[in-house]
Amino acid sequence: MTIIIPFDPSSSSTLPYLQPAVIDPLVCVLPLLLHRVPAGFPSPADEYVEKGLDLNTYLVRNKTATFFFRVIGDSMTGANIHDGDMLVVDRSIEPKHRHIVLAVINNEYTVKRLYHQDGVIELHAENAAYPPIRFGEHDELQVWGVVVGAVSRFAV
Amino acid sequence: MGRCGRGSITLRCVAMAGIGATACNQIFALVDVNNFYVSCERVFNPALENKPVVVLSNNDGCAVARSNQVKALGIKMGTPWFKFKDLAKEHNIIVLSSNYTLYGDMSDRVMTILRGYSPNVEIYSIDESFLSLNGMSSLWPAAVDMGQSIRYRVRKWTGLPVCVGIGPSKTLAKLANHLAKTRPEMEGVCDLVSMPQAELDAYLSTTEVGEVWGVGRRIGAHLDAAGIKTAKALRDAPPSWLRAKFGVVMERTGNELRGASCLALEEITAPRKQIVSSRSFGQLVHTLAVLSESVTSYMTSAAEKLRRQRSVCEAVQVFIATNPFREQDAQYSNSITVPLPNPSCDTRLLVRAALFGLKKIYRPGLAYKKAGVMLTGIGDAGVIQRSLLVQHGVGEKSEKLMEAMDALNRRFGRNTVAIASAGTNRAWRMRRECMSPCYTTSWNDVPIVHADH
Repeated sequence: MTIIIPFDPSSSSTLPYLQPAVIDPLVCVLPLLLHRVPAGFPSPADEYVEKGLDLNTYLVRNKTATFFFRVIGDSMTGANIHDGDMLVVDRSIEPKHRHIVLAVINNEYTVKRLYHQDGVIELHAENAAYPPIRFGEHDELQVWGVVVGAVSRFAV
Repeated sequence: MGRCGRGSITLRCVAMAGIGATACNQIFALVDVNNFYVSCERVFNPALENKPVVVLSNNDGCAVARSNQVKALGIKMGTPWFKFKDLAKEHNIIVLSSNYTLYGDMSDRVMTILRGYSPNVEIYSIDESFLSLNGMSSLWPAAVDMGQSIRYRVRKWTGLPVCVGIGPSKTLAKLANHLAKTRPEMEGVCDLVSMPQAELDAYLSTTEVGEVWGVGRRIGAHLDAAGIKTAKALRDAPPSWLRAKFGVVMERTGNELRGASCLALEEITAPRKQIVSSRSFGQLVHTLAVLSESVTSYMTSAAEKLRRQRSVCEAVQVFIATNPFREQDAQYSNSITVPLPNPSCDTRLLVRAALFGLKKIYRPGLAYKKAGVMLTGIGDAGVIQRSLLVQHGVGEKSEKLMEAMDALNRRFGRNTVAIASAGTNRAWRMRRECMSPCYTTSWNDVPIVHADH
């Protein structure tokens, strides 16, 4: 039931006392929807909004122990590592047989596949043009880190 | 594991009683990277392994890091480069300029690893951290095992060698670190908490008093003159006598040596009360224009620091100096403090004040070697006194501009946006003639790996 009171500008006494609307001093913070609502239904996906994909989370497992290197040469093309690629190297991983590793040979960094079986240690290229490097009983193989990924960028 | 841990607690208390400590509940570790700058360079340049390497300070002035081979040649910390140039040639010493970008990144990595061992870490310097090990003992069979684990993990993950010193006070942890470094039989980890009393006494009596943390060269000489020549003698000196003769700080050092922890872990650094930005020039500077460029640039970085700690300053000081080592040149140095109309952290106002001061003290016809700025009267940005007069460099507009400037410089690199008077030529900037690439922070500088043999 709505009571309509006729408006008489000459008299103020005709107006009943009205309770003023409460202005809530507390700011109510609601999560902002990430898209505009076109005066219809809110998107059913709003509850499921997640951050975009970050390549770092895909390529880097342990940020503290991860370093990047740039590749020169084609000895690892069989493992999809090409000249100019960026290698993601994780030092915290224990090198094992069949891992692609970054080794130190003659004061230079080299990328090769580690062969370590039955007491034989070798570094294999993934390109028939390059012979494997063999390690004798008294030689020391210095593995700097394990390669966990490679990134290419193409000219456009 | 739990049982083992409990065992080690008992052991610790017994050992601590031996030290004669009053507090049995404190245990600290000091982790320190060996020859930090040189070690960072070696991680990315295997050719430096087992070779004498020295890293020079800003402007290639003096030795700030030395490999063990260089230490063995008798080159001391801080030796000016021109003094050992010949020796360097004779022994094929590899000389590098300091690469603070690289060292900063490697330091962050080490500190991140250390936070995995204790929730309470105090970063004491770029290459040293104190860890509180309170309540950690049940996690490890013995403190030494944890030390070895830290050593292994830092070495494995970053390639950097560290030593770990463990003690019931920071001073003893520091001393333990020194022992771990200098005595190969300790394998890089020294735990004074569980060390038998006799062995501890033996170590302390062979450690010179000057090696104790907090004993400087001057006070060390005074202690020596008073008959206190070793760390053990300092520990056994009566506290009241130490206080009367050398002050409360030395009394505290004595207590710390007895195993009573007096210095707490400082995890949060208090906002700085003074910010200085100054540097020597790569070459001598003569004109006001070039000096202004450098002062603008130093003020820009000082103002950035000021805003980072959410402070404002009341006055800026500018100073300039000629090279005191060039005795053939006329000498001059001066400084001036310029009060601001109101506290501010706006780079534009701070630069204007600094350049105003510079003009007042600049004298033509001289060859300047150094300039700098200092911010004083630093206070909280939230507490600003309102004024009826026109305010400069405060308010929403200024805040927003500075925020945008800082954000741009953070995102796109230093000096993306700067005050125009900083210039673009920067002939005066630091000399770093043999700096290594920024291997870990710049895509153009990442190291090369060969797949061509």
